Amino acid sequence: MDGSGIREALSMMNERGSGEGAGYAAYGIYPDYRDCYALHVFFDGIRESKPLLDSTLAQWGTIEHDEAIPTRDRPGLRAAHTPWRYFFKPDPSLGTPEDEIVSALVMQVNAARRGALIFSSGKDLGVFKAGGWPEDVADFYRIEDYEGYIWLAHNRYPTNTPGWWGGAHPFNLLDWSVVHNGEITSYGTNRRYIESFGYTCTMHTDTEVVAYLIDLLVRRHGLDVDIAIRALAPPFWEEIDRMPEAEREWNGALRLVYASAMMNGPFAIVAANRDMMVGFTDRGKLRPMVVGECGDRLYISSEEAAIRAMEPRVESIRMPGAGEPVIGRIVA
Amino acid sequence: MIGSLPSRYRIGIDPVRCMECGRCIENCSYGVFRWDYDRIQVNSRNCTACHRCIACCPRDAISLEEHPCDYRSHPLWTREAREAIYNQARTGKIILAGMGNALDYPVIFDRLVLDACQVTNPSLDPLREPIELVTHLGKRPARLDLRRREGGDVELRTRLTPNLRIETPVMIGHMSYGAISLNAQVAMARAAKETGTFMGTGEGGLHAALHPYQDRMIVQVASGRFGVNIDYLERGAAIEIKIGQGAKPGIGGHLPGEKVCAEISRTRMIPEGSDAISPAPHHDIYSIEDLAQLVRGLKEATEWKKPVFVKIAAVHNAAAIAAGIARSPADAVVVDGFRGGTGAAPMVLRDHVGIPIEAAVASVDQKLRDQGIRNEISVIASGGIRGSADIAKAIALGADAVYIGTAALAAMGCRVCGNCYRGLCPWGIATQRPDLVARLDPDEASGLVANLIRAWTLELAELLGAAGINSIESLRGNRDRLRGYMLDEGLMQVLDVKPVGA
Repeated sequence: MDGSGIREALSMMNERGSGEGAGYAAYGIYPDYRDCYALHVFFDGIRESKPLLDSTLAQWGTIEHDEAIPTRDRPGLRAAHTPWRYFFKPDPSLGTPEDEIVSALVMQVNAARRGALIFSSGKDLGVFKAGGWPEDVADFYRIEDYEGYIWLAHNRYPTNTPGWWGGAHPFNLLDWSVVHNGEITSYGTNRRYIESFGYTCTMHTDTEVVAYLIDLLVRRHGLDVDIAIRALAPPFWEEIDRMPEAEREWNGALRLVYASAMMNGPFAIVAANRDMMVGFTDRGKLRPMVVGECGDRLYISSEEAAIRAMEPRVESIRMPGAGEPVIGRIVA
Repeated sequence: MIGSLPSRYRIGIDPVRCMECGRCIENCSYGVFRWDYDRIQVNSRNCTACHRCIACCPRDAISLEEHPCDYRSHPLWTREAREAIYNQARTGKIILAGMGNALDYPVIFDRLVLDACQVTNPSLDPLREPIELVTHLGKRPARLDLRRREGGDVELRTRLTPNLRIETPVMIGHMSYGAISLNAQVAMARAAKETGTFMGTGEGGLHAALHPYQDRMIVQVASGRFGVNIDYLERGAAIEIKIGQGAKPGIGGHLPGEKVCAEISRTRMIPEGSDAISPAPHHDIYSIEDLAQLVRGLKEATEWKKPVFVKIAAVHNAAAIAAGIARSPADAVVVDGFRGGTGAAPMVLRDHVGIPIEAAVASVDQKLRDQGIRNEISVIASGGIRGSADIAKAIALGADAVYIGTAALAAMGCRVCGNCYRGLCPWGIATQRPDLVARLDPDEASGLVANLIRAWTLELAELLGAAGINSIESLRGNRDRLRGYMLDEGLMQVLDVKPVGA
């Protein structure tokens, strides 16, 4: 799929945005650099900040290639930063797992605030985001030029950090990208929890912790993705108490151990990695989530209209229950 | 000579309203009232402002005035400072005092405000939507090993230690049989059972009258080891090692021999009439590793079935001590702030040693997180919890649950007069005199305490709902939902809260 379809879909929901932030994530767009981490960076004052980042990256590995992300000027979009991309290979002789090196690099560079923000760091994927209406952001990044097999997109109505490009969705760390409709009332708890595992929150916005929580639970703790989501949006104790014993035991343990990872407040979230796309809502379902299927394609959206815009022949439309995850896996 | 000091209180009887029923005379255990032929005479000097007479007067005829006689006012040489000097000049002794810290320190809780939702996220209505206050106390691993078996079943491979489940994050703290009456203990134990929470025994053993509630009791092992044997340990739902107490950090306890009646002697396992003296330190704990050994020893003795808590007074280094405790097999650390109550403490320690619970909880939580061991242990805050707002704030600062003490006593009538150490409590709470104890009806009093816990639970649900949070876990350590009002910058850093408006 190229990016034109999702651009179309997202523009159906312009009522949900304010023209101050939108973004896209696409998987499978860099087949030529499949084995490299694609680092997407916003530079401020590129002449000073780029040499700094170049030398940091050189300390930890090899830059296979780097270039400005191709853009085209849009009248409605003021380029606040210079978007750049690196194709980076961590140095295997360091003995640290590649993912660890890259996630530590992202945390370090973003916390240092020296004119560089790495907002996308996975292999064969990329996040494209900016302040503006979805169509402008898509045209700015020439989104129709990319061919991906999973697409995420988001239209923002910011309240916290209007206009800041780093605050637009999707949020990404390594393989995982996240878009989020809602506001996490447990942010303080989640942030303090995730920071005790070495993550640093730098984006001033709640969605960031979702990407890190999924990374912690799935990559570092090795939980299956549906179990990880169950930890983030768990059943109520009342339901757990009614479960058969074995189920009750592990569900109870999950709530106990990951109590501070649990997310509260209204949200509908779609997260993706190279193998799957998963959507889930808060356990009271205070934000909408609609799921459509057509052939082997899965669509998850805040509104049915967006799905129909992208896939007029959609075969089924349904609304999952509160907290119930919807997972679409890539079948090779 | 020093001469007579001004009376602290003045009691007046309105002769028009008084019908000379004599209830004030019957009820006052301090001897303020007496019959003078057919008239009631008053000796205000004996008054403690316990309000028993006022509560029992059918005609509202009694008035009470504090400090009816002024000293020359002086900002440094306060009445309390001067009177302490007169007392000590006379006696050459340490001044004893009851209840919590009585100095006028700022109350940090009252300088913190909570958050609510408007527009960007919906607040929740507890009458329509579930709000979970269920809390679990105990150790947890940092991660779970959950494997999926063939066929899709999930297998839990991590073994969890038993946690204590409370239906609301409020427990009743440790007040021993001896410090308070058996009726008071029974009333609170019954309330704990009714409201799905727990109550501490204090260092006074577990009287047989409490056995029906033993699965709701946390038994205490303190430095005097009073009442401790294997039967006692096995009866409790959890065990608490008391290292220190917020009202008197660094010192032990003293139950005077005259209070050690036959029942108390049996329960504490000490001779009748002998002083029960708890030493300042545990004489088998002179280091953190000694404490870890005792925790392990108690766990071993009870076959690793019971959570073990460790209670420390909130002192300057509380955070580091808590981190040490978290590295032992202990399940929870209880941090008791300097406003915590007591039956009796030297006034100088009660008023001047230790730190407020708000700062202690914040720094304990932060230290544990910095070291990546917050999951290893639960944090229970105590010492000066007055209402549901204090609980919500303590939890937002990082506590898992709170203990209440004085508040539970107040629910049974206590007016916080602070004379607990005299054993004459006219409310039947801090006394062993049978006629006074009989005034406290456990059936009625348990209803009052249970009501208080229920009311606070309802209020907590409202506060959570207003903040758009449907589970208490999501408030724990959620300092983003607090703001400091008129707090200095240094303290806001310790609490890790922003000022109002920011």
